Amino acid sequence: MAKKKVPEINGSSMADIAFIALIFFLMVTTMDKEEGISRLLPPIPPEDQKMEDLKVNRRNIIQVKINSNDRLLAGSQPMDVSQLKDKIKEFMTNPYDDPNLPEKEVQDIPGLGPVPVSKGVISLQNDRGTTYQAYITVQNELIKAINELRDDFSMKTFGKKYSKLSDEQQEMVRKAVPQKISEAEPKDVRKK
Amino acid sequence: MAKFIKENKGELPQMNTSSLPDIVFIILMFFMVCTSMRQNETKVRVTTPMATEIAKLDRKDLATYIYIGTPSQQYQKEYGTDSRIQLNDVICKDNTDLSPIRDFIAAEREKISEVDRPFMQVNIKADKDTRMGIITDVKQELRRCSALKIMYGARKGAQK
Repeated sequence: MAKKKVPEINGSSMADIAFIALIFFLMVTTMDKEEGISRLLPPIPPEDQKMEDLKVNRRNIIQVKINSNDRLLAGSQPMDVSQLKDKIKEFMTNPYDDPNLPEKEVQDIPGLGPVPVSKGVISLQNDRGTTYQAYITVQNELIKAINELRDDFSMKTFGKKYSKLSDEQQEMVRKAVPQKISEAEPKDVRKK
Repeated sequence: MAKFIKENKGELPQMNTSSLPDIVFIILMFFMVCTSMRQNETKVRVTTPMATEIAKLDRKDLATYIYIGTPSQQYQKEYGTDSRIQLNDVICKDNTDLSPIRDFIAAEREKISEVDRPFMQVNIKADKDTRMGIITDVKQELRRCSALKIMYGARKGAQK
C-alpha cells in the first residue's frame, strides 16, 4: 500500500471556535464575589420549655436600638453611628472599673491562664421600619468594635494581630473577648 | 539596495495570525478560572449595603440565596413596587405568608450531602433600602426551619 499522506487540519477556524467559547463563558458566569457579614441566629426555644428569665445584671447589658427613622440609641443615649464603636469598646473593656459598666469575671482560659473576661452583652433591637442599610451599618460597627478589641488583646498577649494568629490562639482570644450580640425578639406592631 | 525595493511593492505584509487562537484560549482560561456560574436570574433589584467588616463566603456549594428587593421593571405590573422575596426563580406571591421559605429551605437542604448539612448557610441578599420588617420575618422563618447560619450580603466600602 502506498503511503498516503494525512492531510493537515486547517487551523484557521480555531480562533473563531475559541471566541465562541469565550463569549459563552462571558455570558453565563458572574464575577461578583460572595461576601457579607456572617451571623448565627439563635434557635427557637422549644415550646414546653419554661421561659426562664436569665438574670442578667442591669449593668451588663447595653441596649442598642434603631428606630424607623434610622436614629440610633445606645445605652439610653441618642448618638451618631460614628460614636457607637467607642461606646461599645468602653462598655466591653470598662477601663476604670465603673460600677455602671459591666463586671468582669476572671476566667481560666487554657493556654492563657486567668484572664478577666467582660460579662457585657450587647442587645440590638430594631424597628420594622428601619432600613436595611442602617441595620447593617450598626451591625458593622458592633463587629468592628469587637474586632478591634480582639486585635488589641492579641497585640498585648502575642504581639501579633488577631488575623495573623494560629487557630488555637484565635480560639483563646475569642474566649477572652467574646462577641455577645443578642438580637431581641422582634416586637410585632402590625395590626392583624 | 535594489533588491529590497523590488520585494516590497508598496504593500503591507500580512500579519501572522497563527498565534491568535492561543491568545484567545488564554483569555478563555482566565474567565473560566475567575468566574462562577450564574446561580439564578434576579427578578428583584438588589443593591447590597456597604460594610467594612466583611468576610468571604467560604463554601459556595453550601450557600442558598434569598433575594429581597423591589421587583424589576418588567415584573412590577404583576408584583407591584413593594419589597418582595425571591426564592430560586420565583417571586413570592404574598409577603405575609412565608411558608414557601420553609419548603425552599427543605428542598435546598436535600441537595446538600448529608455530611455537610449542618454547615448549610443561607445568604440573604437584600436591597439596602428594604425595611427591616420583611427581613425580620424571613429571619424568624429561618429560625423556625433551624437554618441558623446566615450571611447578610454586603459590599466592601465606606459608608456615606
